[in-house]
Amino acid sequence: MSLPYWVGIDLGSTTTKAVLLDGDGRVIGRGITNSRSNYDVACQVALAEGLADARLARLARELGEPEGEEEHSERMQRISLALRHRQFLDNLEALHEVLLRLCAEKGLDDGWRDAVGGILAAMERESAALFVPGAERKSDFFRDLAGSMYMRLAEATAEERGLPYEQVLGLYDKGILEVENRTPSDETFRRNLVRAAETGGFDAEMSDAARRAAGLELVQAGSVGTGYGRARLPFPRKQIRSEILCHGLGAHAMFPGTRTVLDIGGQDTKAIQVDGAGIVTSFQMNDRCAAGCGRYLGYIADEMNLGLHELGPLASKSRKCVKINSTCTVFAGAELRERLSLGERREDILAGLHRAIILRAMSLLARSGGIEEEFTFTGGVARNPAAVEALQKLVAENYGDRTLNISPSSIYTGALGAALFALRDKDAVVEAA
Amino acid sequence: MLESGNVGPTGERLPDPDLLLLSYTGCFTFMKWFELLREKYDCPVVMLHVPYQGDGVVTVPMRKYVVDQLRDKVIPVLEQVSGRSYDEDLLRAMLARSAKAEDDLVHVLQAARNRPSPIDAYFGGVYYIGPIFTAFRGTEEAVGYYEALRAEVDERVRLGKGPVTPDGEIPEERYRVVVEGPPNWTSFREFWRMFAEEGAVVVASSYTKVGGVYDLGFRHDPDHPLETLADYCMGCYTNLNLPSRVDMLVRYVEEYQADGLLINSVKSCNSFSAGQLMILREVEKRTGRPGGFIESDLVDPRYFSAANIKNRLESWFQMIDQRRRTA
Repeated sequence: MSLPYWVGIDLGSTTTKAVLLDGDGRVIGRGITNSRSNYDVACQVALAEGLADARLARLARELGEPEGEEEHSERMQRISLALRHRQFLDNLEALHEVLLRLCAEKGLDDGWRDAVGGILAAMERESAALFVPGAERKSDFFRDLAGSMYMRLAEATAEERGLPYEQVLGLYDKGILEVENRTPSDETFRRNLVRAAETGGFDAEMSDAARRAAGLELVQAGSVGTGYGRARLPFPRKQIRSEILCHGLGAHAMFPGTRTVLDIGGQDTKAIQVDGAGIVTSFQMNDRCAAGCGRYLGYIADEMNLGLHELGPLASKSRKCVKINSTCTVFAGAELRERLSLGERREDILAGLHRAIILRAMSLLARSGGIEEEFTFTGGVARNPAAVEALQKLVAENYGDRTLNISPSSIYTGALGAALFALRDKDAVVEAA
Repeated sequence: MLESGNVGPTGERLPDPDLLLLSYTGCFTFMKWFELLREKYDCPVVMLHVPYQGDGVVTVPMRKYVVDQLRDKVIPVLEQVSGRSYDEDLLRAMLARSAKAEDDLVHVLQAARNRPSPIDAYFGGVYYIGPIFTAFRGTEEAVGYYEALRAEVDERVRLGKGPVTPDGEIPEERYRVVVEGPPNWTSFREFWRMFAEEGAVVVASSYTKVGGVYDLGFRHDPDHPLETLADYCMGCYTNLNLPSRVDMLVRYVEEYQADGLLINSVKSCNSFSAGQLMILREVEKRTGRPGGFIESDLVDPRYFSAANIKNRLESWFQMIDQRRRTA
């Protein structure tokens, strides 16, 4: 069976997102990956992830279960985690090959090869625990997951074998670039899906459904690209749309009552006003300085040796918000260390940093025309609870009662808008014909 | 250039000034510039204070205030430095030539009312105001330049041709734009290309009026030489109050059938940038056409972020497309 799909790809500075729609404009799959320094690959990986997600949704439907990941049944969760684990192991195998090759190229002896082999074998063993229901992962990207495991294991191994730690780490830093620039194929996923269903202790119903989901032919019928790196997308010019318009339309599709959209992404913050049809009427964004954007939080997380996902929850524990003066990434780092040295608590400083970001966003919102009912918050930072709390507070103080919409899939807003534009272009072609 | 011994882009050395004369109209940053220049050249400095049109009009006392300064402060120093006495007949003759050149300049700028516009009234426009605004005001050369320009532009209108850019002619006029604010001199060509590539033509701009708003009727008047100089200084675009600027921009958007107003807000000139968001909202409200807002600078290259500006410009052009489709 063949199913045409329309894809929107949002090539952000931090992550690349893909949203796949069917001919009726329903979301059939979503994919996300880190943007790396290679936009072409990021684009292909996000699409492959989107296709994989579409097949999983199809599997759920074949099983007569809800399709959304959040509502997955126990067996759907198990097979989805098994597939993720499989993907992790494939990447690990590729990493192993690359590291051994690097050892050979550098003329390192067998001791090094054994050390690397030992680290990767331990990673393989430990990885199973990451993919059990309820397991907490700091990130879903192979680079981050494998990186933190490797770092920890390399330290012990280096000490045990008397090898220079920095050099053992250096191997990983070089190797991971090659591994993450490999593009996963839909073919491999289809094979893995069938294999996971057959070998994971599932019943015959699951195997049959998996075969049908894997057998589905997904055919790309149209695509539109957007986002910070949109000029680098392998799309023709007319298939590239401004991220402002995509975020406006995406937010409108998620919440049709939307009139004001705030998007805080990695590299920029956008305040957008839309009309009743999701058409942008006005917008403002930060100038060349990315102060107070997602990257700022990433930098702060690094400074505090925390995962990006951990910042918000920690800041939410604050009882006293420290006043932070600068949303400049460089100055904030200095201010952060100064506050720590003065004995301020980490959560209180973090609460202050979140408030500083939102204050900057509030000024852009005011410049764009204020906050109208309803107000939708999108982008990666909308998933951060402390940022949301600060926003709610400041909106209430400055504009009174406003409905604040945040979709659990807010990070996909731009990609959704792009996919809707792709679908509209199809309609335009049909009309013209 | 100053530090390298005043050698200009043509390789020729410019002579040191004998006198520095400043009227504050353009931008008050100039006061600081001239303080520095005075230190550098150690020559007489005359500062002509020009009152701001706070209430949107030039009053009789305001005119008298400037004329008195010209007569009592500026002319005596000029006489002293040059060793020549003030010749009012010569000034009248220059003002008459200036007015003639101004007629032709207005004709050229208003040619942008045609579809397609034969000129770009911002990126191209700064070349057109150059001879009048800088060195050649009141000269025969300026008169000749504007005659030739007028003929060339009329010919382009006759042929139905659009503007010429450094990269060639714009094949199709897709957007008609009014621009407020100075251009980005440090990345001028790259900035222009962002418009040209999208088929965006600037049909009117406020920056080309910092040397006089001739298209709104002002002409140098040889019969009242000092008064007309005073009116000129007080009537330059950046000396107008915000309501007058809004009126002018609304008029441009409508008369030149523009798709909307774009503001290039620069960091280094408060005379332009203060109040621009209010201007944007007002013009949007009164014309019903979407406004665009970009930020850069006229002199500091660090404020020019090509990716950011391109992003906003593309978004704005696509906004206009969307409006057209749903209109």
